[in-house]
Amino acid sequence: MAPVLDIDALLDDPQTRIIVCCGAGGVGKTTVAAALGLRAAESGRQVVVLTIDPARRLAQSLGLTTLDNTPRPVQGIDDGHGGSLDAMMLDMKRTFDEVVMAHAAPDKAEQILANPFYQAVSSSFAGTQEYMAMEKLGQLRLEADRDPDNPRWDLIVVDTPPSRSALDFLDAPKRLGSFLDGRFIRLLVAPARVGGRAYLKVFSAGVNIVTTTMTKVLGGQMLTDVQTFVAALDTMFGGFRQRADHTYALLSDSTTKFIVVAAPERDALREASYFVDRLDDEGMPLAGLVVNRVYRVSAPGLSAARALSAAEELDEDENGSSSGVPAGVSDSTAITQGLLRLHAVQAEIAGRHQSLARRFIAGHPGIPTVEVPAAAQDIHDMVGLRAVGEALAGS
Amino acid sequence: MAPGAASARDTDWDGVRLHVVTGKGGTGKTTVASALALALAGEGRRVLLAEVEGRQGISQTFDVAPLASVEARIAHAAQGGEVFGLSVDAKAALLEYLHMYYKLGRAGGLLEKFGAIDFATTIAPGVRDVLLIGKVYEAVRRRKEHRAKGPGAAPAYDAVVLDAPPTGRVARFLNVNHEVADLARVGPIRSQADSITAMLRSPQTVVHVVTLLEEMPVQETVDAIAELRAVGMPVGGVVVNQVRATILAPKALKTAARSAISRKDVAAALTRVKVRATDAIVDGLLAEARDHAERVALEHDAAMVIEDLRRPIYRLPSLSDGVDANGIRELAEALVAQGMA
Repeated sequence: MAPVLDIDALLDDPQTRIIVCCGAGGVGKTTVAAALGLRAAESGRQVVVLTIDPARRLAQSLGLTTLDNTPRPVQGIDDGHGGSLDAMMLDMKRTFDEVVMAHAAPDKAEQILANPFYQAVSSSFAGTQEYMAMEKLGQLRLEADRDPDNPRWDLIVVDTPPSRSALDFLDAPKRLGSFLDGRFIRLLVAPARVGGRAYLKVFSAGVNIVTTTMTKVLGGQMLTDVQTFVAALDTMFGGFRQRADHTYALLSDSTTKFIVVAAPERDALREASYFVDRLDDEGMPLAGLVVNRVYRVSAPGLSAARALSAAEELDEDENGSSSGVPAGVSDSTAITQGLLRLHAVQAEIAGRHQSLARRFIAGHPGIPTVEVPAAAQDIHDMVGLRAVGEALAGS
Repeated sequence: MAPGAASARDTDWDGVRLHVVTGKGGTGKTTVASALALALAGEGRRVLLAEVEGRQGISQTFDVAPLASVEARIAHAAQGGEVFGLSVDAKAALLEYLHMYYKLGRAGGLLEKFGAIDFATTIAPGVRDVLLIGKVYEAVRRRKEHRAKGPGAAPAYDAVVLDAPPTGRVARFLNVNHEVADLARVGPIRSQADSITAMLRSPQTVVHVVTLLEEMPVQETVDAIAELRAVGMPVGGVVVNQVRATILAPKALKTAARSAISRKDVAAALTRVKVRATDAIVDGLLAEARDHAERVALEHDAAMVIEDLRRPIYRLPSLSDGVDANGIRELAEALVAQGMA
């Protein structure tokens, strides 16, 4: 038997300052993040929820109608315990711009913001989202801690981007580090700074081949754009890197808890395994696993097989008494048969969900787990989120 | 036309060489892409099925060894048809690209040594996407090895199916070349990006969207189709996956929706066949019926929204035992029967 993930203990612990929800796309990660935030706020914590790309109606239920990169209070929460709930959607371009403006001298910042290579990288490319989500997390934490006596937030709940690369942020500091220390960056920066020829004398002849090749492949104009971009960024690399290291430290801190969200389907559970292993490799503090949308029947006392055979017996029973008249099945018998057949199908689905979840738990012993039953409808209001919160807490 | 490519049947997508399959996470996009590849490979054709997120979803669906960045046969189809699998890797694609177009020998190794390859494939965000699509583009255009190489040679693959990123990112992913074209105003990258964009927007390409009959996936389908149209990508069909049979008859559904099924009648019928009609069981069965009726109503609404998109619709049944290699064949047959392939 796997230990139960005690959500309320986690949310009530003042030592829990950051909760990161990760998992495959489509498992209800954003819903779980929002439900956790709401439950924590209604039990008295000052919470901010950072979402990446919420479904429209869920966003509306949180009062998020515009993507403006600013946390806004969520209406309609029960603040009887003195808690509060803010929510925000990530605007990756704006977040990136803010980083540039915070770290580069004004003239440099302008140059970077106007660089075509920067504009493409900051607004439209995959990968940026993961970096910027973590950057935003760092910013929120700084803002939360600005006044230690009166913190704006004492809990940050983060929803991660909907892809496997959601865990790319774990690599970001390392990647950034090896890049900044690498020869390639010096190669890129040098010609723009001191002129290629002087540079070439210092380095090996290989450099010549590399720059020639790059010019050939990228074209002179694009290479110049890239070089200008990198050279301009050079001045803020120190700050950039420091922040990345800081965020990484924040993530691995014991006040951060990761929650892996999965659905009771083969693919989603496989992804969950990947996340669990990956977090473990990185030494990240995993709180546990949420198996979301587990189907449960309302009449668990009746097995699928018994329901099916009862449905058939009803057939025979009726045919026997009405000597095979085609329209002979009475309404109530037909309805009961329907109910039994429906129950058989649902009980099979529920059984499959159970065995998938059980197998996963057996394969990852010791990971605290909680199951959330499937709701009949999509969740897009406070009432629905509250119900998910209750299910998460096992009540 | 390639030998074996001639078909007696008309399909909805005759002439299409690249089928891009997207969908919200959890809708079964990899399953549908796999079934489509198998369906297209019928009648002796060669089809490539490619994934770009390194998830190894294809190899797991077909229950074969993990795919590498080298194409490998993963399934046989009717009349000698074959499906090949490929997990496109950005780094391998870049090295191959450099080798193919620039005949880089030593320089390729040097680029790698200097960290330029890592920079391009991991740090410079976005270049990845260009490389991934670039590889797919190459596979679509590739010709069979032939003594007389040239435009006359038959294509290496009769069709390519791309298991693309999910709906939220697909328009951006497919449009990435267009954006690179803005970035590189002239030069070789520009012309490469232009050819890729031209192919993606041509009648040779369609983007199919996979959905479930649930509110959020349908909403994402509507949004994705609008986004794809906005960037000039040809939208294909909508595949409704995991369609469940309606078990209750229409009349029973209506009664269940109104919570008007008679407890007494149900209890009596149950007792007749010796099912213990406890309150828990009778109430449980009625609750299940009400939930079911509610869900059927929601599914009906979702189906109406999909109809309004006015795209060809394909419906795939929910497989009771989950999806395995045999399940994929069943789904492939359903797609053929409905004219998708």
